[in-house]
Amino acid sequence: MTMAQTLYEKVFDKHVVRQLPSGQSQLLMGLHLLHEVTSPQAFAMIRERKLSVMFPERTFATVDHIVPTHTKLRPYQDAIAEEMLQSLEKSVQDFGIRFFSPAANENGVVHIIGPERGLTQPGMTICCGDSHTATHGAFGALAFGIGTSQIRDVLATQTLAMEKLKVRRIEVNGKLRPGVYAKDVILYLIQRLGVNGGVGFAYEYAGDLFDRFTMDERMTVCNMSIEGGARCGYVNPDQTTYDYLKGREYAPKGAAWQRAVAYWDGVKSDPGAKYDDVVRIKAEDIPPVVTWGITPAQSVAIDGAIPAVDAFAASERDSVREAYAYMDFAPGQPIAGTKIDVAFIGSCTNGRLSDFEEVVKVLRAGKHKVQAHVRALVVPGSEQVRKDMLARGWDKVFAEAGFLFREAGCSMCLAMNPDKLKGREICASSSNRNFKGRQGSPQGRTLLMSPLMVAAAAVTGQVADARKVFGIG
Amino acid sequence: MEDAKRNLFAGCAVPLRGNDIDTDRIIPARYLRTVVFDGLGEHVFEDDRAQLKASGQVHPFDNPAYQGAQVLLVNQNFGCGSSREHAPQAIMRWGVRIIVGETFAEIFYGNCAAIGVPCCRVAPDVAKSLLAAVEAEPRVVIRVSLHDKSITLGGKTYAFDMPDGVRQQFLTGRWDSTAELLEATDQIRGRAKTLGYFMSFAV
Repeated sequence: MTMAQTLYEKVFDKHVVRQLPSGQSQLLMGLHLLHEVTSPQAFAMIRERKLSVMFPERTFATVDHIVPTHTKLRPYQDAIAEEMLQSLEKSVQDFGIRFFSPAANENGVVHIIGPERGLTQPGMTICCGDSHTATHGAFGALAFGIGTSQIRDVLATQTLAMEKLKVRRIEVNGKLRPGVYAKDVILYLIQRLGVNGGVGFAYEYAGDLFDRFTMDERMTVCNMSIEGGARCGYVNPDQTTYDYLKGREYAPKGAAWQRAVAYWDGVKSDPGAKYDDVVRIKAEDIPPVVTWGITPAQSVAIDGAIPAVDAFAASERDSVREAYAYMDFAPGQPIAGTKIDVAFIGSCTNGRLSDFEEVVKVLRAGKHKVQAHVRALVVPGSEQVRKDMLARGWDKVFAEAGFLFREAGCSMCLAMNPDKLKGREICASSSNRNFKGRQGSPQGRTLLMSPLMVAAAAVTGQVADARKVFGIG
Repeated sequence: MEDAKRNLFAGCAVPLRGNDIDTDRIIPARYLRTVVFDGLGEHVFEDDRAQLKASGQVHPFDNPAYQGAQVLLVNQNFGCGSSREHAPQAIMRWGVRIIVGETFAEIFYGNCAAIGVPCCRVAPDVAKSLLAAVEAEPRVVIRVSLHDKSITLGGKTYAFDMPDGVRQQFLTGRWDSTAELLEATDQIRGRAKTLGYFMSFAV
């Protein structure tokens, strides 16, 4: 009998091509996703070295970071953005790669497209030149963010040189309190384990909370694994995974489906598998979380205050002082009541249909309006999400409440398209990073939180407890 | 053509204090609006540099004392966040050839290795000593030997950590991985044939 193994070990072993002289493994990649920002130099190197794309049929592209969300008009006003899109259009044509394009209304954030098309499946190795590739781990895949030189390698060889990671099982059991969401779970985990706590690890998310989570919720958590320093994060596949995949464009059909399920069942972590570390969390202990600083670990409960510097380890104190200064927050100051200028709901973390549904539920009654001083953006994660929202009339619900309902894209999550903060604006954001300057103004300030908390901030004009604002729980 | 082998480094250093310095700070996203890596060097740490300047301070990358530095000294979790290879490209194009620090974010570490920039891990007290020594005497020469896994400065020698596999890639000049990975073309196709999903589970 073979030893009990984790999903990580099984999937890794199934994809090893050979051991390299360096001691690393040459690992086959089952799915390669591309976007316009990190791939052009890789294509240039492929052309320069007269190489070809080895598995174009396992390579898929879209455009997300640079697309404007206020118009679909081409050419883009930003000539560099236009050049980047044209560069990708030429590459996908030259190398025969399927492109989910704006022209066909198929574009969206790459990590939303993969799952919704059924491309992302259990037991795969997946890579993309983007650190939030960890999202795809929600399906029980090993999904890695890579750099441009590695994109070149995967284009040319469909493989990467990789070292085996350790595996940390993060078990969350129990029920979340009302008004607490998947976003709060991952922000809480990062606060507990630190932004570099996951370095050297793959995170396996488990426990009955994850068993009950929808795929969208699992994706929100896996998405931010990288913010905790982990190279990838995953949830073992189960019936929820299979139900999500069934019938999607690239999901197996007919007899192939049965063979696929057999493979998927086989890659789950075995009972009794050994982990390098186990962390246990009670779901009841998790509050709605808001970041106050300049790393995703610098966060507090919505009813908490900015922590004092001596609450942190000596090695973190300089970074905490830097955060006070940048954010212009003082220790002891409650986070609730912080005035905001911008509200953003979207991104690969929280730009899926169910994220907007939670907000629509509380806005539908028509009682709540975005405060006059707040610029509030609702940005669907993909054109498909957008179509689904339009079909349900949610665009009107948002518009009537004073939100701007936009085209699909990365938008305000990062500063590569026209959606940006100005000056020292504070943004309540459902995205994933609160780094200095992340949202486009070198002095801009980001407070990360769940989509419902962003909505609460938008309609009150300040950071507020969504449970009180919307009468939840 | 430049020799790909990496072993001995000798040069001045630029000290950059702080934990969790992310790749958005190393190269702000607006400079990712490009289809090449050229010209990134001049924008490295641009917003951090401008902010310090505005407050009357000098960022180490602007400090005349550290111009021409080839060694970058950092603290913990350097290069966290976005996977953008533009970050190590910008640092390298500014002139840095090797980075010494307490810990590095993994994607950043791999991106550096892929472009021939070694990252050496040192103990916190070693980082502290190196940073202090360079700040006290900016033109002091640091010598790094990948072969000996040693850093020498001012008559003192310190050890650093680097996985042997990565170290061998630098020593043998095989850090540009494409050629090596391409050697296994038949094995790659063979491995793909063992995975049902590569054939849409048709068999």
